[in-house]
Amino acid sequence: MAIVDQQGDSRIDLTGDVRRRRREAVVKALFFAAAAISILISVAIVLALIGKAWGFVTSIELNQLWGNGWFPRRGRFDLAALLVHTLMVTGIAMLVAVPFGLGSAIYLSEYAKSGVRRVLKPTLEILAGIPSVVLGFFALQFITPNVVRGLIPGAQSANFLAAGIAVGILTIPLVAAVSEDAMRAVPNSLREASYGLGAKQWHTSLRVVFPAAISGIIAAVILGISRAVGETMVVALAAGLNGIMNFNPTEGGLTITGAIANLAVGSDQVAGDSAAFQSLFFVGLVLFALTLGLNVISGRIVRRYRQRY
Amino acid sequence: MTAHTVAVTTNDLVRQSIEGKKFSPFNALVAFALLFTLLSSVVILVTLLADTIAAALPVFASRGFGFITSSLSPTASSAGIWQAIMGSLALTGFVIAVAFPFGVAAAVYLEEYAPDNRLTRFINSNIRNLAGVPSIVYGILGLFLFVEILMRGVFGASEGIAGRNVVAGGLTLAVLVLPIMIITTSEALRAVPGDLREASLAVGATRWETIRHQVLPVALPAILTGTVLTIARAFGESAPLLLAGAQLSLFFSVSSDASFADLMLNQPYTALPIVVFNFARQPQAEFVALTAASIVVLLVMLLTVNAAAVIARDRYERRYR
Repeated sequence: MAIVDQQGDSRIDLTGDVRRRRREAVVKALFFAAAAISILISVAIVLALIGKAWGFVTSIELNQLWGNGWFPRRGRFDLAALLVHTLMVTGIAMLVAVPFGLGSAIYLSEYAKSGVRRVLKPTLEILAGIPSVVLGFFALQFITPNVVRGLIPGAQSANFLAAGIAVGILTIPLVAAVSEDAMRAVPNSLREASYGLGAKQWHTSLRVVFPAAISGIIAAVILGISRAVGETMVVALAAGLNGIMNFNPTEGGLTITGAIANLAVGSDQVAGDSAAFQSLFFVGLVLFALTLGLNVISGRIVRRYRQRY
Repeated sequence: MTAHTVAVTTNDLVRQSIEGKKFSPFNALVAFALLFTLLSSVVILVTLLADTIAAALPVFASRGFGFITSSLSPTASSAGIWQAIMGSLALTGFVIAVAFPFGVAAAVYLEEYAPDNRLTRFINSNIRNLAGVPSIVYGILGLFLFVEILMRGVFGASEGIAGRNVVAGGLTLAVLVLPIMIITTSEALRAVPGDLREASLAVGATRWETIRHQVLPVALPAILTGTVLTIARAFGESAPLLLAGAQLSLFFSVSSDASFADLMLNQPYTALPIVVFNFARQPQAEFVALTAASIVVLLVMLLTVNAAAVIARDRYERRYR
């Protein structure tokens, strides 16, 4: 390979074999193409949602989008009802996921000995791996009869409380994992300084480490909210089909994802170019924008706090 | 010996005088409350499993494996989940065939080739955002891109199931898990020490030869584990399939003499989590036990896949260490 020419000039040709270099370029181009597919996917999602949602918005009167309930086959597309119901389920889910997720995170990060950690952390991971449709069944068959009706005997069989609790259970592992990472990233010098000043363990974890990790913890909660908003199968099974705006947690109603699932399923299955079918894309766009916004905010916060330590 | 004992006692005395009373009830209370929140997840998990298994027992007791091998039916006493298991396996096949090669290739580009420029940063943040998109949105994408454009538009499938086939469903799930696949593979590649690459490049290997012979073999156990966990996620996913064409009726038949291509393109399909959903929303009480039994099968299959991941990782780790 190395060529020393006749004159004794010791310039060495380092360009290498042409075929090897060509293969190298081809491989690199292929791998780049694979990475670029992710951009195509995003473009396709945005095109599908915006294109069809635009078709929907132009085919109806705008006042059909507010008030009067969500009854797509009757031309009533009350987005406010869906948003309120989504907020109900997400709010209840966060009442479950935030205390239990953060409590678990503080325990795992600050209290648990490594043996305990090795046993309990996988439990959270198993919980994270349970398919959401299973939690939907659990909400219907266990949470509603045993938990919700235990507290409020008159609750309907499909209600926001059961759906919210089940979505909350699904969100616990995510909130716990992200906020535990944030707390473990807090430098040990802070803990040592706290103990050095005579603080007890509770004071060190809750008043020193927790505030130091607060931005990561907020990011975890926002991520949890985003997950809860996008959760479909639990609400499709356990939150009911009521399209009229409803603030009562013991009763149910269609959420954003519930409405999409319902348009795709069973009796409400409507096909083709009808406004009812196209409303699916419009609601999908609302969901996409909502969760993307939350994820971007959460990502910004995470990046900012990472820079600090 | 004695000196040592004395030293320890002195140490304890000093610490006691600094810390004051050794036991603080409030400290213990906080620790207990935090442990309680963590143990609640264990209790929930155990309750969920116990409740489901208890509800499923009558089905397995009276019908044994007949429940698994019979076909779907609207009659609870004879309904089985065979098509659903086959459908889920076919979908998983598509996910592996599409998401694995593309996911690994994209991750290799981003970790090994990509310069640190705006395009790379854009691709990276785009992948992170895609990983956070709710799964049902991928269902909408699948309906639009694979069912409507690919199957009906390109292949002209307008008869029968009109493009709502297992290929469209499989591609939808593959696209859904692709970002997760890229992220886990990237993490596996990042864990490979840089010395290895430098040593290989220094002896004259090209970048691709370095990746092929040094980086990938070392990263393989982690890549495989990540892949299997990702596939498990696709296996339990049902929301996108509601839109991307899985059959939602309690009964459908596949012609027995269908060829493989026919099965893939022109025959209806369903998946195990979809059948769980379907059984769960039936009003009749007999379907509760059927739902629970389907969930048990689903969870057992997921557990098997996860266990396989752990075993595969252990084996490969030993080989390449």
